[in-house]
Amino acid sequence: MFAEYSASELTAIFAMQGFAGLILFSVLVLMALGLAIIFGQMGVINMAHGEFMILGAYITYLTSNVFAEYLPSLFVGYFFVAMVLAFGVTFLLGMAVEWGLIRFLYKRPLDTLLATWGLSLILQQLYRTIFGAREVGVSLPDWMMGSYALTDIIEVPINGIFVMILTLVIALSVYWLMYRSGWGRQVRAVVQNRPMASAVGINTEKVDRVTFGLGCGIAGIAGSAFTMVGSTGPTSGQLYIVDTFLVVVFGGAQSLLGTIASAFSISQAQSTMEFFLSGSMAKVLTLLFVVGILMLRPQGLFAMKIRH
Amino acid sequence: MMHSLKQIFPRNDLVAFAVLAAILAIVFPLTMDIFRLNLVGKYLTYAFVALGLVLCWGYGGILSLGQGIFFGLGGYCMAMFLKLEASSPENTAIQSTPGIPDFMDWNQITELPWFWEPFHSLPFTILAVMVVPTVFAFFIGVAMFKRRVGGVYFAIITQAIAAILTILIIGQQGFTGGVNGITDLRTFLGWDIRTDSAKYLLYFVNLVLLFICLVIAQFVRKNKLGRILVAMRVREERVRFSGYDVSNFKIFVFCLGALFSALGGAMFTLQVGFMSPTFVGIVPSIEMVILCAVGGRLSIFGAIYGALLVNFAKTTFSETFPELWLFAMGALFISVVLFFPNGLASLYQEYFLPWVKTKFNLTNKASKAINAELESKVKPQVEPQVEPKEQQDNSAKLPAGARYES
Repeated sequence: MFAEYSASELTAIFAMQGFAGLILFSVLVLMALGLAIIFGQMGVINMAHGEFMILGAYITYLTSNVFAEYLPSLFVGYFFVAMVLAFGVTFLLGMAVEWGLIRFLYKRPLDTLLATWGLSLILQQLYRTIFGAREVGVSLPDWMMGSYALTDIIEVPINGIFVMILTLVIALSVYWLMYRSGWGRQVRAVVQNRPMASAVGINTEKVDRVTFGLGCGIAGIAGSAFTMVGSTGPTSGQLYIVDTFLVVVFGGAQSLLGTIASAFSISQAQSTMEFFLSGSMAKVLTLLFVVGILMLRPQGLFAMKIRH
Repeated sequence: MMHSLKQIFPRNDLVAFAVLAAILAIVFPLTMDIFRLNLVGKYLTYAFVALGLVLCWGYGGILSLGQGIFFGLGGYCMAMFLKLEASSPENTAIQSTPGIPDFMDWNQITELPWFWEPFHSLPFTILAVMVVPTVFAFFIGVAMFKRRVGGVYFAIITQAIAAILTILIIGQQGFTGGVNGITDLRTFLGWDIRTDSAKYLLYFVNLVLLFICLVIAQFVRKNKLGRILVAMRVREERVRFSGYDVSNFKIFVFCLGALFSALGGAMFTLQVGFMSPTFVGIVPSIEMVILCAVGGRLSIFGAIYGALLVNFAKTTFSETFPELWLFAMGALFISVVLFFPNGLASLYQEYFLPWVKTKFNLTNKASKAINAELESKVKPQVEPQVEPKEQQDNSAKLPAGARYES
């Protein structure tokens, strides 16, 4: 199947598909980071994660409309405001959900799945009522559009580069927060031994609430970033939730590095195969591959060796 | 033998069987027109799935979010047979290649794919409806349980498999009918399944199958197998250390659940007249779990009532307030999980049953004897310290206050 392309074309194909894969990778990482915190660290299955993401996307959409209407001179930078807003709102909503729902279910992880699925249905219908059933897209400021020509045949879109940089920044901050800050140490202490953490004076309830909120907040930022590469509809979140869970599980639930590695392999496999097969078959093969490896290695790629 | 039958079917459960049979086989057919009865039949095909989930999830503690896979496989096997019958060369004479299903013709496929060929035969189809999903479940089960994948991971992986299957069905339009599924099914061995009389008959066939599954479920639940399943759910390690191969029990119950679901799927195709990927994917699979959760994850009868109630509610809501249905469904998920995790069956057990018993003084023979004994005593003497065993066991079932009366 490679015969009909010349060598330089093949290089270009792989480079461009690789780059498309990198954008997919960035979006997957952003989505999966929040989930890795909630599922990996807290053991809660949040099926409404996709809807939190969509909330971030809708907030970005609203912000862009507000800027276009009232502050056209500042439209260039609306995206940064939108991201902060998306993070703030989803963070608060996440804390509220933890307080109203999740905290009663810590001992029953499978039930968190059902309850958050219910929440996701409610949120979906809410979006449909408020924003309508049609997909919405945001208009990007000029500097984000267009692409940067690397060689004559290889071009990379600028918004893609922006998403990648954003992912890098967020991933580094999450890493710093979880592994280098005092608060991260508290989270990990609570995860490893709740009664002991509580005995040394950590307010475990507060840690739980903020951790959950943080996971949701990152989902909000992911949604915000997502508006640059795709359009947003009430049910878009559901399309990604399985992929996101697979990324987290495939990487080893408690390892942030694993999450990034698995997002990378999944997205590269997907986008490279997409060029040669139909999109759906590429997806089927990628998912089958992941499920197959998970059957051989249920603990994921980068499992932490701890005793439970 | 009689003794063991009595253990498997205690009086309470026999009454429950009888009540359910009376409602489904007598009350519904007499009070409903064929349109509504057909709808009930459709709901009952989901009850098969919910029944399987009671065994897998309620008893075994394995939550499968992929029951739609098996429902779909069973349904598709049946649909392939019916479709081949509906696309005889005479019926499809206007196509460029007569004799193959219409959607294949639209997708420029000129020859029947090899895996469609055996579905010309009814015995093969019936076998396939039961064997294909069960074998598939067996493979999943062996791959997962032998490696001790359980709980959350199992749920996510089954969900992923459901997603894979849906994408595959939609993507391979020429072989599967794609998004539309396999539609326009007409006859079953020359017998028109769209007539009212056929629908009546299919409803009752469905009912008989459902009751066979219920009896099997009852056997599983009341035998040693059921007790091991419960023990496994509560303390898996202890069961393993007692010398049982936990994974085999899990594989068995998962395959049984898959078989039930597949039967439901096949009956769905027969009664509704089509099969499509919308019954295979993640969303329907999770909705099937909620049927089981609403009815009561530990009650095989609860599963049936749950399937009926939720689907009735869904039809009524989506007819009158389509936009409210998702809100109601979401609220249902949340409230079942938060407030009554064991579903309607637990409400019935905890509140309704004691109320009925006190109201109508319906206590069993042993406690009646104790009642009589209590009443025969003129004065409440200082009772001997040794409480009779039966009295302790049955004291909860006595009418309130009876223990201290007379």
